[in-house]
Amino acid sequence: MAATLSPPRILPSGDSAITVEFSRNIDDAANQRVLALDRILAREPVSGVTETVPTYRSLLVHYDPVQIDFGALSEKLVALAQLPVPPTTKTRRWRIPVVYGGKHGIDLEDVAKTLKTTPDDIVARHVAGDYRVAMIGFTPGWSYLSGLEKFLHMPRRKNPRLLTPAGTISIGGVQTGVQCLAGPSGCWDGPPLEPINCIAIPRSCWNPATA
Amino acid sequence: MSKLVISAIGPASSVQDGGRHGAQRYGLTPSGAVDQLALAAANCLVGNELFAAAIEIGPFGAAFTAREGAVRIALAGAPRNADISGRAVASDTSMTLADGETLTLGFARGGSFSYLAISGGIAGESVFGSLAVNARAGLGSPYPRPLQAGDELQTAGASGAAGRRIDLPAILEGPIRVVMGPQDDEFGEAQKKLFLDSEWKISATSDRMGYRLEGPVIKHLHGHNIVSDGTVNGSIQVPGNGAPIVLMPDRGTSGGYPKIATVITADLGRFAQIPAGRGFRFRAVSMAEAQAEARKFAQLLRTLPDRVKAIESFDLNIEALQDANVAGAAVSAVDAATWQIPSADALAQD
Repeated sequence: MAATLSPPRILPSGDSAITVEFSRNIDDAANQRVLALDRILAREPVSGVTETVPTYRSLLVHYDPVQIDFGALSEKLVALAQLPVPPTTKTRRWRIPVVYGGKHGIDLEDVAKTLKTTPDDIVARHVAGDYRVAMIGFTPGWSYLSGLEKFLHMPRRKNPRLLTPAGTISIGGVQTGVQCLAGPSGCWDGPPLEPINCIAIPRSCWNPATA
Repeated sequence: MSKLVISAIGPASSVQDGGRHGAQRYGLTPSGAVDQLALAAANCLVGNELFAAAIEIGPFGAAFTAREGAVRIALAGAPRNADISGRAVASDTSMTLADGETLTLGFARGGSFSYLAISGGIAGESVFGSLAVNARAGLGSPYPRPLQAGDELQTAGASGAAGRRIDLPAILEGPIRVVMGPQDDEFGEAQKKLFLDSEWKISATSDRMGYRLEGPVIKHLHGHNIVSDGTVNGSIQVPGNGAPIVLMPDRGTSGGYPKIATVITADLGRFAQIPAGRGFRFRAVSMAEAQAEARKFAQLLRTLPDRVKAIESFDLNIEALQDANVAGAAVSAVDAATWQIPSADALAQD
């Protein structure tokens, strides 16, 4: 086997999960490797692995320490992660109607001020983006997108908001996302709300592997 | 079919079970009981599957009334005063609530959550394989929200089996054990030491999503933003304000704050039971120790049914023995004079 790919970092997430990290940043190549390892584990299940959670840059592998220990599973995952990346499955393009600013986008003004530009410029730049669903997480259906223009990168809020409404589109760090349920958020819920119900999008379509 | 009617209940009380597993990749958090051992103990006492749905009762009091038949129930977890129509009920035992009788529970003492299991389980429609309530997502059954007075839980009728008790190992005292990481490299040595050497308290603003900790401010090495990655029950994330949050079963499945450490599986329930405002500490352990403890914990869960005993009706009861005045009625095999049962008057003079 020609192991041409770099080994991932193996990070312990307690005694029953391992974070297989391919990058510290949002990076499409790393995300492809995350999804590839996820597919490999789905195709050839490793005994003791109970659940996998793909994210932008790492695969969280939940396992049962009664069946396999940290050392043995780490070795296996490192080996599997260096297999050539299988081709991606077909993707699908979604168009999401969005209402920016005002009561539907409470942080738009603040985001514009912080980035020293106008709200219109923020909207124009955010709309122009071509995004890919890199991961789903946090709360049901919360879709984290990759492809956010560098200009729009914002640090997260110092004190997370306790509640942001369903349908909120947020910027946090170098990420942007679509939130399907009301919940707490450390993001700037800048660009804003819309009249779609994300949870109605069939999960099988809205999937990091195909979206 | 009998039912258990909730006549009174405090906040933070909901139907919970072993959790909803396998859909974290869609952002669907596992939920489930915060103290899985106590849930399993309560279920075991009434002959249910270990992780069947039961009522997770928050720190405040509650009252439950059986209707349309008797209901067999068991209570485990945080100790509290409990009685059925004036008869005191012990924790870690099962009992029958006759039709119309009410079980009244006081505040939790020395813990936060108790579990009330019902023989035959709680009737409901499972969502992604679980009845566990995830209030934020509007999931769970029979009510997709915390329980309220007036709610009714349908259940199988009582079998009339004798009362049972379960002998659980003493709850470990001492620090909550953690494995460092996955992002402990986002913190300097002095900050990690501060995290491990300080006394912490659980903030009153905590909930099933996360327990917010009060203590010193933990500073990050490179700021508080990381690219979001996966979380587990017990992940300890440190947001920008430096106040750690321990993620609980209703947590987000991913998060973008660095995670300094993770509570070990065997200590998750013990941690969840720490009342708000009480001081506690963390202690870092090796992965080998954490996994050895996880295996011991799994073994304890598996063997819980062996720890269930019938409550013997002839249990030694000192008060009853004294009332009967058995000593005064003793006879000697070699002294015929004692073979006569003494009169009540004679006994009164002893």
